Order: sequence, then structure tokens, then C-alpha cells
Amino acid sequence: MFVLTGVAQRYGRTPAVRIDAWRAQPGEHWLLAGDSGSGKTTLLHILAGLTTPTEGSVVVGGTDLATLAGSARDRWRGRSVGLVPQRLHLVAALDVRSNLLLAQFLAGLPQDRARVDELLAALGVGDLALRYPRQLSQGQAQRVAVARAVVNRPALVLADEPTASLDDSHAAATLRLLRQQAEATGATLVVASHDARVRPLLPHTRMLAQTPR
Amino acid sequence: MNTLRLALAYARRRPLATLLNVLLLAVGVATITLVILLTGELEARMHREAAGIDLVVGAKGSPLQLILAGIYHADAPPGNVPLSEVLELRKDPLVREVIPLALGDSYRGYRIVGTEPALVAHYGAALAAGRLWSAPMDAVLGSEVARATGLSPGATFAGTPGRGGGGAQHRGTPYRVVGVLAPTGNVIDRLTLTGIDSVWQVHDAHGHAAAGPAEHDGEPEAREVTVALVKYASPIAAVRLPRAINARTSLQAASPAYETARLLTVFGVGTDVIRGFALLLVGASALGLFVALTQALDERRHDLAIMRALGASRARLVAVLLLESTLLALLGLALGLASAHLLAASVGRWLPAAATLAGGASTWRPEEWGVVALALGAGILATVLPAWRAYRLDVAATLADG
Ligand SMILES: Nc1ncnc2c1ncn2[C@@H]1O[C@H](COP(=O)(O)OP(=O)(O)OP(=O)(O)O)[C@@H](O)[C@H]1O
Ligand SMILES: [Mg+2]
Repeated sequence: MFVLTGVAQRYGRTPAVRIDAWRAQPGEHWLLAGDSGSGKTTLLHILAGLTTPTEGSVVVGGTDLATLAGSARDRWRGRSVGLVPQRLHLVAALDVRSNLLLAQFLAGLPQDRARVDELLAALGVGDLALRYPRQLSQGQAQRVAVARAVVNRPALVLADEPTASLDDSHAAATLRLLRQQAEATGATLVVASHDARVRPLLPHTRMLAQTPR
Repeated sequence: MNTLRLALAYARRRPLATLLNVLLLAVGVATITLVILLTGELEARMHREAAGIDLVVGAKGSPLQLILAGIYHADAPPGNVPLSEVLELRKDPLVREVIPLALGDSYRGYRIVGTEPALVAHYGAALAAGRLWSAPMDAVLGSEVARATGLSPGATFAGTPGRGGGGAQHRGTPYRVVGVLAPTGNVIDRLTLTGIDSVWQVHDAHGHAAAGPAEHDGEPEAREVTVALVKYASPIAAVRLPRAINARTSLQAASPAYETARLLTVFGVGTDVIRGFALLLVGASALGLFVALTQALDERRHDLAIMRALGASRARLVAVLLLESTLLALLGLALGLASAHLLAASVGRWLPAAATLAGGASTWRPEEWGVVALALGAGILATVLPAWRAYRLDVAATLADG
């Protein structure tokens, strides 16, 4: 589904991440593991086309990201990638339903309210559609962020430290949700985490070594 | 979801700051627009009321005073001139028409003007009731005079010396209302018309003991009028006639077009000051909008970053910000324009002296497009820097910085 070859990202002279080769098949569920500062977040942003690596090639779903520039790349990202950022970043000015409709709108896809409400219900937050993000618990907000990431049925779902602030049972539940939703659309899933509890919950693991500095 | 709803959602998030900026802009817009409406109406009215009159002839003195007294009935005349000299002008081939006016008393603040029926024809006024004057002491009321005094044909009233409402009334020689004119929107609405001889009669009756009856013995040569409105027969008259009159006779000729333009220039300095102050208000509101947007952008950079992650292009972010400030600017603009027009319509209530300018409230003046451009320009200008920062936003770093 994606192929990374000789990818490296440097900020100034400090290498943030280096990965020689990584190939994932469609529908595979991966853990991207590594200590803090090993470059997990950076790599997710590279896969999402948010960061252009200083070296190497990134091919996602048959598209070489180097060939996509400007708004074409934004458009591709909106339709092909679902991102659950570590801080979730739900839009505080919009209620839960509008947050999901926003994802459809910005991707240039038709806004499907039935799909939105169905998805929220499937994630157990169906009755929170009219709440604003500040009125949600951490776990509820997490589910909404997952819903927003999969609402456009992207081929690639990326989650950054989704269990960071959750207790054991919620951590396991969140992982289960992510996998269920990825499975439901046949998406490839990459979960970046340094959380040891996540390791047994995902079938494939890619370790990032601490980059030498 | 669309760009508009997104912009509205953000405007709702900061209601106080939003309201303040909108109001600030509205006050600036309203001030500028009000000045435009009132001065515009003033100019239009002055030109309308002077239309068709090429020259005002009267006693020597200030030409502006002659115009103010003879056309706008807004000042005391400089003095009287012999009727015979005025009538002499009728023989000049360059003159098409001469309408003599004898400004006399007033009734309840409305000027009583002794003249000829040609004045009614000049203003295109029609009779709403009754007939024109024929005998001495017959009076025809302008529409506003009739409305304000409640007099109708058959009623009698006594004039008061001068323009004001005070002073001893000429009770011995009352006027008799014989007709009422239909509204014209011109100065004639505010006049009471009568024959010239009526004005003379009132003054003869009131002693003028020092002058003695010999002075006014009924001979036309001895009779006086205040001003005469002159219309040219040919364009050449504009070149020759004023100079000829000023040089050869005891009369003074003043051009309404020239004196009006001069008056408006003086007046314009005052309105420029108000305009400048209003511009300052608009500038302040643009600055307020700029500060609010820039501050909001710091709080919103994560929203903007996630929007990019969700597929929004840089241009889309700029569009959202621009639409937001444009909406606020439009709101302030609409509010300001509406209140300016409402204030202009009710100007008589808070500025009685300007009551006649209320007519400007219902017109849209071309200068108002300038106000529209100014307000929208202020909104857009305030967005330039925030929009540029949104355009340059480092999405990956912003998503990661928590
Ligand atoms: N915008 C940036 N400018 C400079 N250095 C950066 C930037 N982003 C990341 N880095 C550096 O790159 C390295 C990898 O950062 P990254 O956030 O990808 O690590 P991580 O594995 O996600 O860490 P964590 O588990 O703490 O989230 C770190 O050393 C970080 O300081
Ligand atoms: Mg990280």
C-alpha cells in the first residue's frame, strides 16, 4: 500500500528520522514503535504528505508524493489519508457533527449526514453529535477524532499516540475501534506509539531506532 | 458545512470583539455617509432652487447676501432699489424676463413676498386651492406655510415686520388668503406670495412718519422693490449684463451659480473636517479588526493546521479568513449605511435648521459607493497579514506543537 525507500528527514543538521525501506500491503495494521524523539510523528507526517522528506521516495497507494504539489497534494491527502493527531485538534468552534462534515467538505466530497451520524453511532458517540469539543471527555473526543479520520473512507489511516493519556481498558478499546474502522473500509492502518501496551494489539511492528546525533 | 458557515461559527465564538469592531466600523460609515447625504442634498437643493435664475439684481452690498435673500430667502436683503430702475432692465434685449420681489413682513417665520404671478410660473407651482392674488392684500400660501399655519382660503392674518416671528404685528392691514399652492420641493413652498402693491400698502399704513407721504405718492418712480430675478435671453448676456449693471446703475448684479459655488466651498471645509474624523473611525475599526484577527489566528493556528491535514488548500484558508472579515465589514457597512439614512430622514428632529435636507435620505448618492469600497477595503486590509500567516503556516510543526 505504501513503499518508503531511503527516506530521511533532517532539521538543520539534526536527523529527525531515517528509514531505509518499509513496505506495507493494503489492509495491513502496523505499529510504528520507537522511543520519544525517534521520529514517529515526523514519519506519519511524511506518509500524510504534510512533510516532504529531505531524502528518499514515498509512494502511497501507487502515487509518488514527490509528483504532487500544492493544492493537488492537499486534495489527495483529504481523500486518501485519515489522520488522528496526538492532540486530536477537533475544531472548537464547531459541534461534533460539523467537525465530521468539515472533513467531507474540505476533502471536496459530498457531505453525507447519514454517513456521519451512522459512524458516530458505531463509535458509541451518536448522542454527542450536537456537543462542542470542550463538552467531551478525553475518551469521547478520541472517538470523534477517529470518526473524523475515517469518515471519508481513506485508504490510509494514521494515528499518533492514540493511547497516550488513556488507562489500560480505554487504551485497548481505542485500538480495537481503530482496527475495526480500518477494517470496515479496508484501509491500511499505522499507529505510532511508544506505549508498550499497544504492542500485542497490532500484528505488524516497525521499530524506529534512536537516530544518532 | 461550507466556507460561510465556518466563518460564521468563528464570528460567534468571539461575540464581544466581533460586535465591537462591527460597531466601530458602523459609526465611521454612518458619519461619512450622513455628511455625504446632507451636503449632497444641500448642494442639490441650492442648485435646484437657483435653477433658471441667471442673475439677482438688488442694492449694492454683499453679493452673497443678495443671493441668500433673493433666492433662498435665508437672509435679510442689503436694501431696497427703485422699481423704475429694475423695470428699465426689461428693455434690454439681452434680458428675457425680470421678476421683481418686494421682501416685506413675515408671518410665523415665513416670508411674505410681494411679486408678480411670473414667480409662481418660474417655480412651476400649481394651485392646490383657490386662485392667485389680484387685489391688494390678497395672499397665496406656499404648501409648507399652509400646512404649518393651518390657514386656508378665506382666512385673514397680519404680518410681522422682518423675518422673525417677533415684533409688533401690522394689525391694521391684514392679509386675506385667496389661494394655496401645491408642494414643489422648492423654496416657494415656504413663502407667502402677494402683489407688490400689498407690501407697499402695509408700509404706507404704518406711518413712516419721518419719510412722509410725499415720498410714496403712488408714482411708480418712487416705489421700491428689494431684488429682481433676471433670466437671460442669450448666453452673451452672462458676459455683458452683470458688468453693465454694476457699472452703469445704482444696482448690483450677483450670479447665483458663482455665489452658490463660493458658499459651498467655504462650507466644504467644515464637512471635510467631519469626513476626516469619520475616516479616522474607519481606520480605527480596521486596526481593531486587524488586532482581533491576528490574535484569533494565534488561537486558531491548530484549527488551520488540521484543516490543511483534512485536505484544505492554502487558498482555502485564506478564503475562510477573508470571508470572515468581509462579512464583518459588510455587517458594519450595512449597519452604518442604514443608520445614516435613518438619521438623515429624521434630521429635522435633532437638527431643526437642517429639516429641509431630510429629502436626501431616500436617495443613493454615487459617493456612497466610495464608502462601500472604503469599508470593504478596510476589512480586506485588516486580513492581509493574518491571511499571509495562514498561507505560510507550517502544518506539520503546528500539529505536533500541541
Ligand atoms: N519542526 C521541527 N524542527 C526541528 N526539529 C524537529 C521538528 N520536528 C521534530 N523535530 C525533531 O525531530 C525528532 C523527531 O521528532 P518526532 O516528534 O518525530 O519524534 P516522536 O518519535 O514522535 O517523539 P514523541 O514520542 O515524543 O512524540 C526530535 O528530535 C525532534 O526534536
Ligand atoms: Mg510524536
